[in-house]
Parts: sequence; C-alpha cells; structure tokens
Amino acid sequence: MTASTDVPEKDADGPMLAADGTPLKKSLSRALRVQKLRALALIAPLLIFVLVTFIAPIADMLFRSVENQIVSDTMPKTTAALADWDGTGLPSDQVFEDAYYDLFVAAERKEHTRLGTRLNYEQTGASSLFRKSGRGLDDIGEVYQDQFEDLDENWDEAQPWAEMMGSEDWLAKEAAWEKGSRLPKFALRDGVEELLPRTAEQYEIFANYTHREEGDSLLDEEPWSAVHTALYQDLSTQDVSGYGGPHADMLKAAAALVASPDFQTVSFTDGFGEIDKDWLEPEIWRTLKLYAPKYTSGYFLNSVDMKLTPDGAEARPENERIYIMLFKRTLFMSLVITCSCILLGYPVAYILSNLPARKANLLMILVLLPFWTSLLVRTSAWKIMLQQQGVINDVLVWIGLVADDGRLTMINNQFGTIVAMTHILLPFMILPMYSVMSTIPHSYVRAAKSLGATDWTTFWRVYFPQSVPGIGAGSILVFILAIGYYITPEIVGGTTGTFISNRIAYHISTSLNWGLAAALGSILLAVVLLLYWAYDRIVGIDNVKLG
Amino acid sequence: MKRTKTLLATTALTVAAGAVSAQDMANDMTLVSWGGAYQTSQIKAYADPYKEMHPEVNISWDESSAEAVAKLRAMNEAGNITWDLVDVVAADAIRLCDEGLAMEYDPDELLAEADDGTSAEDDFGDMIVSDCFIPQIVYSTTFGYRTDMVPEGAEPPSDICSVFDLETYPGKRSLEKRPINNMEWALYCDGVAKDEIYDVLATPEGQDQALAKLDTIKDSVVWWSAGADTPQLLADGEVFMGSTYNGRLFSVIEEQDQPVAMMWDMQVFDLDGWIIPEGLDDDALARVEDFVKFATDTQRLADQAAYISYGPARQSSAPLVGQHAELGIDMAPHMPTDPANAANTLLYNYEFWADYRDDIDAKFQAWLAQ
Repeated sequence: MTASTDVPEKDADGPMLAADGTPLKKSLSRALRVQKLRALALIAPLLIFVLVTFIAPIADMLFRSVENQIVSDTMPKTTAALADWDGTGLPSDQVFEDAYYDLFVAAERKEHTRLGTRLNYEQTGASSLFRKSGRGLDDIGEVYQDQFEDLDENWDEAQPWAEMMGSEDWLAKEAAWEKGSRLPKFALRDGVEELLPRTAEQYEIFANYTHREEGDSLLDEEPWSAVHTALYQDLSTQDVSGYGGPHADMLKAAAALVASPDFQTVSFTDGFGEIDKDWLEPEIWRTLKLYAPKYTSGYFLNSVDMKLTPDGAEARPENERIYIMLFKRTLFMSLVITCSCILLGYPVAYILSNLPARKANLLMILVLLPFWTSLLVRTSAWKIMLQQQGVINDVLVWIGLVADDGRLTMINNQFGTIVAMTHILLPFMILPMYSVMSTIPHSYVRAAKSLGATDWTTFWRVYFPQSVPGIGAGSILVFILAIGYYITPEIVGGTTGTFISNRIAYHISTSLNWGLAAALGSILLAVVLLLYWAYDRIVGIDNVKLG
Repeated sequence: MKRTKTLLATTALTVAAGAVSAQDMANDMTLVSWGGAYQTSQIKAYADPYKEMHPEVNISWDESSAEAVAKLRAMNEAGNITWDLVDVVAADAIRLCDEGLAMEYDPDELLAEADDGTSAEDDFGDMIVSDCFIPQIVYSTTFGYRTDMVPEGAEPPSDICSVFDLETYPGKRSLEKRPINNMEWALYCDGVAKDEIYDVLATPEGQDQALAKLDTIKDSVVWWSAGADTPQLLADGEVFMGSTYNGRLFSVIEEQDQPVAMMWDMQVFDLDGWIIPEGLDDDALARVEDFVKFATDTQRLADQAAYISYGPARQSSAPLVGQHAELGIDMAPHMPTDPANAANTLLYNYEFWADYRDDIDAKFQAWLAQ
C-alpha cells in the first residue's frame, strides 16, 4: 500500500489508501456491499416468494381493520355535506338532495346494499333501510319524470336528451358508433353546464355509466329519473329564456310547466321519509357522519368491547361485551395447556433420551403417531371418550365410582378443550425437550452422584437446569400454536371452552365482518409478539434450543 | 317481497340467452352444494339425468356451501370465479345479492313453466325471496326426541314448549349455537303471540326476555354448529331432544332405525336453492342457464323428494312426489309441508334477521359465554 508522496504533513496519518488509490475504508465497504448484494440476490427468490405469498396477504388482511373507504366512495357528496352538520336534529334538505343523487347512482350500480351491510355492523336496521331505499328512490324522480313526459313524450326519449346535452362533435361520433367498437367519450355541449348545472352533472354521470358499465349508446338509452329531478331543480332556479340550442321549445315549455302552480314537487326530505321513516331520525345520519372518514378506529374499538360514538370511544353495554373476556380466556387456557404439556411431556422426553437407541426409537414412533393422524379424527375421538354416554363415563359407572344419573360432564366445556388440545399439542413439547435432553452428557449426572449428591439433588441442580432450554422452546411452540387454535375448541369447546379464534372465524365466514375479524386478528398477533418479547427479556431467546 | 327488475338487466339476459346457441356452451361445470345425502339427491335427481341428455358435459362438485358467501366474496376480490352454480340457503342468497356477488335473473325467462302452463314466477310464488334466488326445496328446522327416554307416565312431547319444560321432560337438549330460531321459540313459549314475535324481538327488552327464557334451560343445552351434530347426539343418547334439519332426522329415523321420533310443532320453514355467481363468461353462463332450467322443472324437483325428505319449492311438483327410491315408503307424510306436520309453523324472517343478525348475535354470544 502506498501513501501518495505529495500529501501535506498533517495528512500523513490520514486515510489509508487501497492499491487503486481509493481510501481503504471506501474500498472495503464497497467489497462488502458487493458481497451483501450477492447474498441478497441468492436469497431473493425465497424472499420475494415469502413477501408475495405470505407477508403481503397478511398485511392486506390486517389493513382491513382500519379501512373504511366504502362509505365515502359510495356516498361522496353526502359525506362531504355531512361534515358541516352538527349532529343535532335532522340534516338540511341539501344533505337529503346529495344523498338522493349519491344513492341513485349507487343503486344503479347495486352498491347501495353493500353499504347497507357495512353500516348494519354499526347500526341495526341499516341493511334493510338501504335495500328498501334502492327501490324507493325511483318514486322521487318519477314525480318529475311523469310530469315532463305528460307534457312532451320526447322527455322520455334518448335522442332529444343526447342532442340537448352532448356536443355536436361527440354526437356525430356517437351516431357513427357500431356495436363492438369503442364508444366515444361523452362531451357536454358548450354553455349547457352554465345553463343547467345540475342536469349537466347528472346527465354526465348517467352517460359515463351507460357507456362504461352497460356498453350502450346514449342515443338508445333514455336517462334515468335522477336526470329529470335535476332538470326540475335547474328549471326552478335558472332562466332558460335565452336558450337557443337544440330542442329549445321543448325546454322552454318544460320551464313554463315548472313555473306553473299546478306542477307537483316533493322535497327530498319528504321523499326519503316516504321511503322509510328511519331516514327522518338523526341516528342514521350520525352513523354516516361517524363512518365517513376513509380510515376508522371503529373495528379496533369493537374488538375491545367499545364503540365509536360522536363523543369519542365508549364502553359497550354489559350484555354485549365478549371480546376482552375471550382474549383473557384464550391466554389463560393456552397457559394451562402449555403447563399440562410440560408436566406430561417432561417425563416422556426424559425416558426417551435415557433409553437405548432401539427402544427409544420405538417409543418415538408412539409419540409421533398422533402427528400422522388427522386432527379431526383425534378431536372426534375425544368426543367419544369424554361424552356422558362415552367410554370414560361408562367405565366409571361400571366400577361404581359414579352414579348412572350423575355422569360427569367432561366435554363441551373448558375441561374438554384443555384435554383434547393438550393431547394434540403434546408432540410439539416432547420433541424439543427430547432433542435438548439427548445432548446432556450422562457423565454430569454420574459426577454429581459420585460427589455425594442424592438422586433429587442430582436431578434438580445438575440435570434440570440443562434441560430448561428445551422446556423454553417447547413452551413457546405450544403456547403460540394454542393461542391461534380453532378447530378443536370449535368441536369440543361448547360455550365455555371456545377461543377468540372461533369468533374470528365466525366473522370471516358467517357475519362477513372482515374488518372486525382483521382487528381481532391484529390484536392477537400483537399479543403474541408482545409475549415473545417479554419472554426474550425474562428468559432470553438464546436459551431456547430446538436441538 | 316486492321486486322490481330494471329493464336493463332483463335485456342483458335476453341478449345473453338468445345470442348464444347450443354450440357455444361450456362443457365443464362446477356445482357447489352441501355434500352428504342432500348432494346425493341432487346428483341423482338432476345431474345424472342431465348428463344422460348431454354426455359431453362434465359436472364437478364442490362441497363448500357452508362457506359459500365468504368464498365467493374472496373469489370476487381476486377476480377469479371458479364456480358456476352455487347451492345456498335463502338468507345467504339475499346477502350475496346485496353484495353484488350473485346474478339477478328473470324467473319467466330462465325457468321452465309448469306442465299446465303456469308461469315459473307464479309456480314458485313467494319462494322467490330475492332477485337472485332460484328456489329448490323447502326444509325445516325442527325437533326430534328419543322415544325410549320419554319419562314414564309422561306423554311423548308434541308441543314446542316441552323443550323448555325440564320438569316433565328432564334431560339434555341440543340447540343450534346461534340466536336464529332459538329466540323465536323462547318468546313463543314465554307467552308471546306468534304474529308478534318479531315485533317483540326487535326491542332490547324482547331480546332480554328471550334470553331469560333460554336461561332457564341453559345448563341442559348442548349447542351444535353442524347439522350432523344433533343426529349423532340423539343416536348416542347424549340428548333427549334436539333441533336440526328435518331431512337429517328422517335419515336417523327411517334409514338408521334409531328410536327417535319427530316433533313438528313450530318447525321453522326455510328455503334452499341455487344462485348463479355474478361475472361468469358467456359460454359458462349459457351452460348453467340450460342446466338450471332443467334442474328446476316440475318433474326434477319432484324426483328429488324420492331421495330426501325436503319439499319441492314448486307448487306443481307436490302432487308428483312419490316413494323413497330405496326404502319404498311414501314420502309425502315425511315432507315438512305435509298438512299433518304443518299445523303450527313459522317462516324464517329473512328481512328481520338481515337487520338484526349482528346485533342479536353479539348479545347471544355474550350470554352464552357468561
């Protein structure tokens, strides 16, 4: 290595340089970086596989615990308008108007019932309210549609509408369109937006829907009744006397009709009240306002027996609290199962590791046998063993320990779950213990004995401390497996032996409340990580050995 | 339930049905059902005869109906629908329709008319409880009891309230681990008039009342979650009486010859049928529509009753119900809809439970866990 000769004195003990003249530190770190990249490239396939097939789906699922876009996506105008509402009394007719237009489009897209299902988790009755409203909204618009139609049948024709609303350029393209090709993008006629702002907006929504989702030409499809409602609103506020575009007479006649005292109108508030009286209660609007944000803490609050209210989080009524209790029960029962596994597994592992290899192998097969049997079969077998007319009760009655009418209840409760799960998880305890114990040299025990220790002292002071890492590894395995167990508690748990995982499964497959299921799952994951961290701090993860 | 169909949906259907000729039908079809005796009845009554007419068609079965709603939602999110026709209970059909996962259809367009020319819509009548639901059978949730465990001196139970009468009929009962049906029975036996049950159940006081009534037998109840549980519990003598689907009890009584009898009082009628998933491509849809038209015609629905004791959903099928295919016994008296069995019944209230399911279930589960 050469230092350059013309460096000033003070830099003499400056950075050492590599052969190519770059500072050694830099050169080394570059070499290290290349090595790291190479290593990364080698594990990249596995890493990407795990990321794509494991981490990403889990993250996506957990993300649902806060996701709440459906409300603002389905009713964008309403949620924006509700932001200014103070939550007392009924919202203004303007909010009802926005809700009308939002829900009308949602109903055409059949999205209103999904929103109803979502809100029904928060407010009972929302499901049928939205389903009913999807059908009932037509009644509001038909009031106007019918009157316009009676005046001039052209108001129920596709073509005059398209000619009035669309630009010349677009009309020519739309007329030339043939089935199978792309529909030309709808463009509004100049000036129509200023003259009839609401109608233009609603017609544009209708045009985009007809083009994109139905794939139909606007020259064949007459607009839906929300457009007629918008037209009535425009004609009652705008002056169209200066209009000279297509169908000017038709529009002016309609304006005259709207101005006449005979013209029937219905306020949006009344229209909604007509569909269902629940719309005239502030509760549904409060729920909509509360769940308007794109992200919500509502699911997490639900999963700790609280609920979101306009005044912040609040505890649920006593007769609806269940999740905290289930979390506690899950942790407690998993702990009991882990302890039972230690008590039952330790002697087995001890014998296994101290027997001659041939006998040990035979015993090992007996330990592994349950592993190779279906989980369902093993669980159902416990049912037959433990039920009141089952094997154990029959034997107890036969030998006279238990009266025939006093048979023990050992299944469909906590006891049944603990017994069945201890049995199922036992191999996960025995195997790590065995592999640790078989590395403990026999000479230690002999040495202790030759130094005068009793059998108990030898075991407790010499053998046991060396087997602790096996207990640690087994306990972590069994505990974490137990906490997420689902099928066994479902079959033998009855009502007092079920776990939080059973509720998660219920919300995934039966109630379809995936947000709540995700929140419960996230909490469970956090609890496991926390316990793991605590274990590391107290016992030390270095003390865990799998062999 | 009042139904309005958009003109658009109808035209889309007509175009789809008209434009695709027989040659454009897919030859592979995946049907989803419940497995067990019920699926067997569908295979024998619909699928086998259909395959005889169309030997080129392959029908595969997936026994996923119990999780159909969650799975269809997942498939829809993944953008890959692998099922062509799904057998679900009516409540699930309504939810799938709400979620936009099931296709709306026009009964007169899709389904065959009755032999006397009655339109499909009239023949099925009120059974079409959702725009997406293609009814197949009427089943009921009802009770069975062990005849050999009836206490000496007591009449065999014939009244739903004997479920709540632990003095006359001691012993365990098995009930489904969900509020639906149990809450109705509890209120009815607590003195609420039948036509007021849902009004009462809609109030928090009514829900408490139902739970209080259930509380009186809570210690004697084994809760089931799979339809096969009660038949097994009855056969083992674990329970004296239990609720389950009437077809399961028929099989325990007539096929397995167990000392079990039916108690039809206050049986709750429910419907089961097909839905077509939304988003099938044209040739798959054409095949499914062809199959559904065949499988829901008058004769096919009547044929199914020869294999399982569920009532056909078509009025015109009822007179054609004959004998059990293997046992050779008359099936009519075993149908839940038979007048002798249907003296006192309840119809599953779809709208009520769609609204109150989450709320009441939370209370019910909290009560169970106490």
